[in-house]
Amino acid sequence: MRRFLLRRLLHAVVVVWGVVTVVFFLVRLTGDPAAFLVDQTATREEVAAVQRQLGLDRPWIVQYLDFLAAAPRGDFGTSIRERRPAMKMVVEHFWPATVELAAAAIVLSTALAIPLGIVSATRKDHLADHASRIASLFLQSMPGFWLGLMLILVFAVQLGGLLPAYGSGGLRHLILPAVALAAAPLAQNVRLIRAGMLEVLQQDYVRTARAKGAPERRVLYRHALKNAALPFVTVTGLSLGFMLSGAIIIETVFSWPGLGRLLVQASAARDFPVIQAGVFLFGVIFVLVNLAVDLLYAVVDPRVRLS
Amino acid sequence: MRAVSTPVANARLASAPVSGTARAAWARAAARRLARDWPAVFGLAVLALSIGAAIGAPALAPSDPVKNDLLARLTPPMWVAGGERAHPLGTDTLGRDVLSRLLYGARVSLLVGLATVVLAGAGGVALGLVAGYYRGWPDDLLMRLGDIQLAFPVLLLGVALLSALGASLANLIAVLALSSWVTYARIVRGETLSLTEREFVAAARALGAGDGHVIGRHILANVWPPIIVVATFSVARVIIAEASLSFLGLGIPPPAPSWGGMLDEGKNYITTGWWLALFPGVAILVVVLSINLVGDWLRDLLDPRLERGL
Repeated sequence: MRRFLLRRLLHAVVVVWGVVTVVFFLVRLTGDPAAFLVDQTATREEVAAVQRQLGLDRPWIVQYLDFLAAAPRGDFGTSIRERRPAMKMVVEHFWPATVELAAAAIVLSTALAIPLGIVSATRKDHLADHASRIASLFLQSMPGFWLGLMLILVFAVQLGGLLPAYGSGGLRHLILPAVALAAAPLAQNVRLIRAGMLEVLQQDYVRTARAKGAPERRVLYRHALKNAALPFVTVTGLSLGFMLSGAIIIETVFSWPGLGRLLVQASAARDFPVIQAGVFLFGVIFVLVNLAVDLLYAVVDPRVRLS
Repeated sequence: MRAVSTPVANARLASAPVSGTARAAWARAAARRLARDWPAVFGLAVLALSIGAAIGAPALAPSDPVKNDLLARLTPPMWVAGGERAHPLGTDTLGRDVLSRLLYGARVSLLVGLATVVLAGAGGVALGLVAGYYRGWPDDLLMRLGDIQLAFPVLLLGVALLSALGASLANLIAVLALSSWVTYARIVRGETLSLTEREFVAAARALGAGDGHVIGRHILANVWPPIIVVATFSVARVIIAEASLSFLGLGIPPPAPSWGGMLDEGKNYITTGWWLALFPGVAILVVVLSINLVGDWLRDLLDPRLERGL
């Protein structure tokens, strides 16, 4: 187990290094990073002054090593728009706004998926199953942001402001964006639980439990679900990643004041320090989440940690 | 890995040429199965219609999609009070016909989807073949690169790269391809790793076949079924990703019509022009749904080992 843990940690470190490197090259893509790190109205002298100040006239390798040193300190420069430390802005928008939204969406997409998936599996080929599968197909085939727009159209416009269309500030504001964000993962999770349950319900130990007279509820939840849930655990962990990236667009639709919306605004304004800091934060979180999922999987399934 | 049991799969994996009559019999059986598979037929029909509509846009569109007509701005669809037959689905804020823009937007979506998948697929398959065949450090390098790339979801990558490089059709396709090659590489690598252990590869090598011949004739020939399935679902995902990036203003620059861009404009007129936010989304839904149905069918046909909803 310890070897597995060490291997995965090392792997995560390598990937984080890769993320930092990509972020470093992001503003150097088209040659002159200074153009990305100053206001677009800056004069040539101002740009040159910034170049010297930021050390952009030094050899690349020196700049890179400096960047590697600065990144763990959280030093990603100053936002062009707000003249504040970029990473500070990024963290302020990430917590609690984006985390709140992502957490709500994860809860929705997992908590609802379990009973829906079980119903779909136990009533296979009946109406409930067909309805659930068709709904899943539809939800996975539409863009999340369009679902968000339609929810706004129905709930905020047509129904006369039943639920607010923008901003944050309470459960009422959270509902629509969380539903829009959770829809596609919910659909996928229902399909996964259904498939897992179908496979597991044919197993011998389920038949034994039933033969022993166990109530169906216990058979389903205690015996079948635990085994069927394995791929679901992985997917839930990975869906956190999806939630974070989906938040980028859902936050924009609902004007939710999170990191996603900040990044889109920064991108439009070419505020590169903020983009760098945000991409770095996202990347690191992804890697950590994947690491946690791998470790969780190893804890739950002994075959993995012994491989 | 579960054993593959269909006759065609066995024939494939033996790498022996399938006889003409066997192939014809398989095709007939597949056609009979298809006729019973209503979702697949529906998906194929709708997809064919969509492609036809996109190709035939110049002939089918009632008006010029980029021509402004400010007198006719925000006309509702023709079945609503105030609508006109000249603009069946209404007009947008600049008076441009929605139906025409939808038809031309289909071209963008399908073109970007196809180009991205071809690019990502070619690159991913090539890298996967090299990694799986030669193993060692190319394999390690590929896996690490893949992990790093997976830390950047497509929207994040798009936001970051397209703001640096600027938004254009080529950049859009490049970004989308960059975020989708890993799946192909991983699948091909996995298949290659297991295929290179098999007897027919050893036999070919013993007979003096060079690496290129083994890879091209034996490995690639067995690797394409899951690739086709993955590519199909990937087109659907790319279409949604392209719409998302266009919605964020990072897609094809205006006035070229794209479904995501139309939704971007439409979101500002939800109260006064609901049709602007509705129809492009319905178009995306219909096309992506049909592609997903076709993907399900292809997966059942070619490679049932893959999990549903890949």
